[in-house]
Amino acid sequence: MHDKSVAQLVAGLRDKQFSSVELSRCFLDRIARLDSAYNSFITVDESAALAGAAAADQRIAAGDAATLTGIPIAHKDIFCTSGMRTSCGSRMLDNFVPPYNATLIEHFNRDGAVILGKTNMDEFAMGSSNESSYYGPVCNPWDTALVPGGSSGGSAAAVAAMLAPAATGTDTGGSIRQPAALCGITGIKPTYGRVSRLGMVAFASSLDQAGPMARSAEDCALLLNTMAGHDPLDSTSSELPTEDYCAHLNDSLQGLRIGLPREYFGEGLDAQTASCIDSALRELEAQGATLVEVSLPHSQLSIPAYYVIAPAEASTNLSRFDGVRYGHRCANPVDLHDLYTRTREEGFGNEVKRRILVGTYALSAGYYDAYYKKAQQVRRLIKQDFIDCFEQVDVIAGPTTPGPAFALGAKSDDPLAMYLEDIYTLAVNLAGLPGMSVPAGLVGGKPVGLQLIGRHFGEARLLNVAHRFQQATDWHLRRPATGEVA
Amino acid sequence: MAIEQDEIEKIAELARIRIAPDQIGQLTRRITDILGMVDQLQAVDTQGVEPMANPLDAVQRLRADEVTEENRREAYQAIAPAVENGLYLVPRVVE
Repeated sequence: MHDKSVAQLVAGLRDKQFSSVELSRCFLDRIARLDSAYNSFITVDESAALAGAAAADQRIAAGDAATLTGIPIAHKDIFCTSGMRTSCGSRMLDNFVPPYNATLIEHFNRDGAVILGKTNMDEFAMGSSNESSYYGPVCNPWDTALVPGGSSGGSAAAVAAMLAPAATGTDTGGSIRQPAALCGITGIKPTYGRVSRLGMVAFASSLDQAGPMARSAEDCALLLNTMAGHDPLDSTSSELPTEDYCAHLNDSLQGLRIGLPREYFGEGLDAQTASCIDSALRELEAQGATLVEVSLPHSQLSIPAYYVIAPAEASTNLSRFDGVRYGHRCANPVDLHDLYTRTREEGFGNEVKRRILVGTYALSAGYYDAYYKKAQQVRRLIKQDFIDCFEQVDVIAGPTTPGPAFALGAKSDDPLAMYLEDIYTLAVNLAGLPGMSVPAGLVGGKPVGLQLIGRHFGEARLLNVAHRFQQATDWHLRRPATGEVA
Repeated sequence: MAIEQDEIEKIAELARIRIAPDQIGQLTRRITDILGMVDQLQAVDTQGVEPMANPLDAVQRLRADEVTEENRREAYQAIAPAVENGLYLVPRVVE
């Protein structure tokens, strides 16, 4: 069962080939047996998962099933789960058991999906390698000496190692797409505001967006149908109606215009990765798409703009962790100042501290115009580049990352080298566009991701392109050896 | 731009994060690197460009002024580090 797609599992449950309890047990067993090699889960509550599965089986028996009823899903440990610890990969929230569910979790509960567990992640979603987690790094299932990418590294590794059929992630600067690429799975970051942010621990509120991570575009579409939608409790949630993201998966690509930004194929891109992307583009061309060279002239500025805006918003959002209402509190504070400063010293790791300090600096008196306002102006220029491109093309394509997965420890001591990992993904968040990563080849046994970027609320088109690509290729079906007897 | 160690100490105080004395040097170098990279922005001509706070240029929605929340004080305080009689406890602030 573990190697089946969500679509196949949905059919299997409906046809009574197996029950949700059997299915959930299968994945819980795999996690117990195999996850010590990957560290992809922070919390697994077997009895809660099996209770959810039993309830789903009753619902299926009663003929009252929704599409995902009984499907086990792994959730990034950034989504608040009522009664289940939500750590966000931080010591600060190591003891945090939320009294409510994120809206996204409510949506999955409404449909009767099973919560398989909570996945490892970079602390507060700040990182591109999953090495900043308080719970230790996640290892890439393709080679455990390599990083899985981040920040949704646990979700990506769990899906790649078939410890979960699908997972949720969040993407502030590439945190769904980059680990999806490095672990050889499919992930989509929807348009900003498409999925509710309520109950998703906030990092950078104008950039954060949740999305599905799975083995195929079709599976991502199935999950997105459950995840997307307006939430009156999230004031930045879009009121635009959602659509059935599965409805257009098979549409022809005839006449599709695909823009290739020359800035995404230049210096810094690994040659073998470039060759995988090129082959993928030829496949899309063979299906009737036209490749058009385009330009995103402000691309290079996405890193500096992002590393002002995201830390500035983070410094504000993370000010809530004060040791008073929930989360970590230092022992024996002598006064309130000591309580705040020592709680935050102990609760936050190095990368989180750096970003809070950079953000505090950028927002402080005398520097606001030079940093924050300037970055917001550049952000508009970056968005305008995309709007101009979409006058000529329907979809933009390129690599998700400059190269395949790198070794654990290779960049963990060099923030600027780590930030370059997201050179092709950051601009998509700054512009609020949907973007996805699709497995497009292997370089020395390491997966490579093709990135597709769409117009605002153009998720269905991206999923369609990805699905058609996956109908003609088998990169998404390749699996790492998980050290077990088949 | 280079940032001085005492400036990092000032920011850390604003952010209410204690930095151990043996870490301040390394942290100052790292943040200097990051701010140096961010300085690329200064070369961009942004004359007349409206700053963008929301990628969809959305404005804050308003809702009807009605009570929609229920009182869940006990559930919220059950996860607090220290409470008494429905109040959050912190070290004495006023002597």
